[in-house]
Amino acid sequence: MSIKILTTPHMDRCIGCHSCSLACARLVNKKISWETAGIRIQSSGGLSSGFVARHCLACDPPPCAAVCPTDCLRPRISGGVTIRRKLCIQCDSCVAACPVDAISRDRTGNIYLCIHCGLCVDFCPHDCLEMQSIKKEAGEEKL
Amino acid sequence: MNPEIFRILVVDLTTGKGQVRKIDERANSVGGSGLAALLFEQYGDPKRPWHDPDQPFILAVGPLTGLFPLMSKTVSSFKSPYHDQYTESHAGGRCALALRFAGYDALVLRGRAASLSCLSIGANHLQLQPTGFMAGMDAMATGKLMRRMFRKNSGHRSMLRIGPAGEKGLAMACINVDTYRHFGRLGGGAVLGRKNIKGIVIQGDDNFSLPSDKDYSSLVARVHAMVTDTDMLRKYHNLGTPANLQTLNDISSLPWRNLQQTSDPGITGITGKRFADETLLRNGACAGCPVGCIHIGCIREKFEEKDNRYLYHQVAYDYEPIFAAGSMLGITNTFDVLRILDVMEKVGVDSMSAGVALAWATEAVDKGLLSEKETIVSLQFGKTEGYIQAAQLLGTAANTFYRLLGRGTGAAAKQYGGVDFACVLGQEMAGYATGEVFFAAQSLGFRHSHLDTGAYSYDQKHADKDPQAVIDFLLADEACRCLLTSMVSCLFARSVYTEEVLSDCLRVSGYADMVENLTSCGREIRARRWRLRFATGFRPEQISLPKRFYRVKTWKGPVDTGYLDLLKKEYGNRIAALAASAG
Repeated sequence: MSIKILTTPHMDRCIGCHSCSLACARLVNKKISWETAGIRIQSSGGLSSGFVARHCLACDPPPCAAVCPTDCLRPRISGGVTIRRKLCIQCDSCVAACPVDAISRDRTGNIYLCIHCGLCVDFCPHDCLEMQSIKKEAGEEKL
Repeated sequence: MNPEIFRILVVDLTTGKGQVRKIDERANSVGGSGLAALLFEQYGDPKRPWHDPDQPFILAVGPLTGLFPLMSKTVSSFKSPYHDQYTESHAGGRCALALRFAGYDALVLRGRAASLSCLSIGANHLQLQPTGFMAGMDAMATGKLMRRMFRKNSGHRSMLRIGPAGEKGLAMACINVDTYRHFGRLGGGAVLGRKNIKGIVIQGDDNFSLPSDKDYSSLVARVHAMVTDTDMLRKYHNLGTPANLQTLNDISSLPWRNLQQTSDPGITGITGKRFADETLLRNGACAGCPVGCIHIGCIREKFEEKDNRYLYHQVAYDYEPIFAAGSMLGITNTFDVLRILDVMEKVGVDSMSAGVALAWATEAVDKGLLSEKETIVSLQFGKTEGYIQAAQLLGTAANTFYRLLGRGTGAAAKQYGGVDFACVLGQEMAGYATGEVFFAAQSLGFRHSHLDTGAYSYDQKHADKDPQAVIDFLLADEACRCLLTSMVSCLFARSVYTEEVLSDCLRVSGYADMVENLTSCGREIRARRWRLRFATGFRPEQISLPKRFYRVKTWKGPVDTGYLDLLKKEYGNRIAALAASAG
């Protein structure tokens, strides 16, 4: 089977407009913000050094789901997680478990992370983002 | 975000305490320019001088900030050290979204910190941090240090800071915003310096619910597509504004060597294409703008003679800085222009003002009015090294001459002579020797900016002389721009945000009431700003144009002295009438 994940292969083209973050916040999380987004842009040591995207890298198995005590986060096929917001008790275990700082919290403790839906991709003016197919046979480990 | 109410953070720098105020004035004041004027009316005193600690420094964003693309600018307002009158200065960067996402429509700074400090604000924090160790530090080093000190929310914060010029109180001191953007003109840097504020960190760490209108997200997508999938804004991100250098030179409208010429074959060395081909490292964008008009060039310097030891700096360039540090100084090499701009960035002077000031000083040296006793270094058109050193001397107010020059070219010319060739149109000229309309418009414009109206464009399209049509155009255009700078849109988006599109955006964002009175809102905000300007001392008849502007030859031929004087008089009368209108 083939499932897609969000990748950021051309971040060296990024101009730092935050259109991806704003789109994610708006379309996925129904928010106006650059924090409440599954993809967040930051400079890599000041604007002179270009930009990096913080987003879920689709760990398989995902350590955030492993520590989630309520199954709010559950492993997604081919990496990453699905979110069931109603189950979240705001324990922050997932935030600490994420090795790449891809899970953010708002001021009330809600968590935000990429669900690999790809809605942000079309808002990038320089094609920095791509949805990439991950092929995985039953029982096979993802590379 | 509450569509009805402004949420304002007022910080008393003397005590280090802040207060959140809610003001129910949205319908009349809109945001941005309108809100800044409202807040100055409430917190400013027209009669007291700019450096009075109680005079406010104001940052304001608009109702569409954070909601639509290119709503990415912040309006600052203050009493200017340049003319001690009310003014605005606008900047991009991340400031607008950071302030919006911190939960505020505006920030008002009052009082004076006890010692040099940085202010950090966010949705749930306010900190005034003494930073005496930053005294005299350049704007770039200050930015790096601020990033170390205020680590939270990387990427989602804005960092404003001043260089030595601001600390010295120079009227041409700018405020650097996120390294590559500025509140450039009319001395905002000195206002912060006077308040003992070296830097401001704005952390955009809150979030807001979507507007309830179901069409909101689809309209955002439509506007986004207009600016990214069409050629409407291509000119701004391709070569960018520097594309105009060749254009203006070709029609004899580019100031060269202190406006002694309006065209020169040397243009081939500093065209927009030349900058892109030779120096362009990459583009950048203001937060919330997918256009990416920021052009960042690179300079590389060998700092050891024998060994291969190099350093490199990144320097943003645009049409105006290239005019000021290039053609105006007779510099015709891209890297030399960037090297001069690099120093201006560090010391924290407005590059347009500084370039024009140094051009005047160079001609004053040529005419024997100044010598190296005043200038310390040799100033000659086309000689880069002298200007690099002079920019440093100017920004650090190195002696009496440079301190006076930092107050403005006109102030220095009054002292040393050479008023006739001081290229001042209310403040140092912008790079448009297009003719009578622009000269009249900048000299009397609210910000003395080429962005107050499209006068330079009007000049390029009209050879006829119809004063009534000109004045009508200037006033109508100013009102339209006033509306955009109240939203607060980048003015590059004025072709996108027509009144119809703007109305749609406001409607789906919960501001339907505002749509009903959109045109009158723009006019009223324009009048409100003029009332403040006049209350703080502006008198159109007191603005005089140096003789140099009457001797310019453009594509239309020599400037028509009588026509220019008539335009200036009529425009001044109409502005005065606006200011006298009932509020």
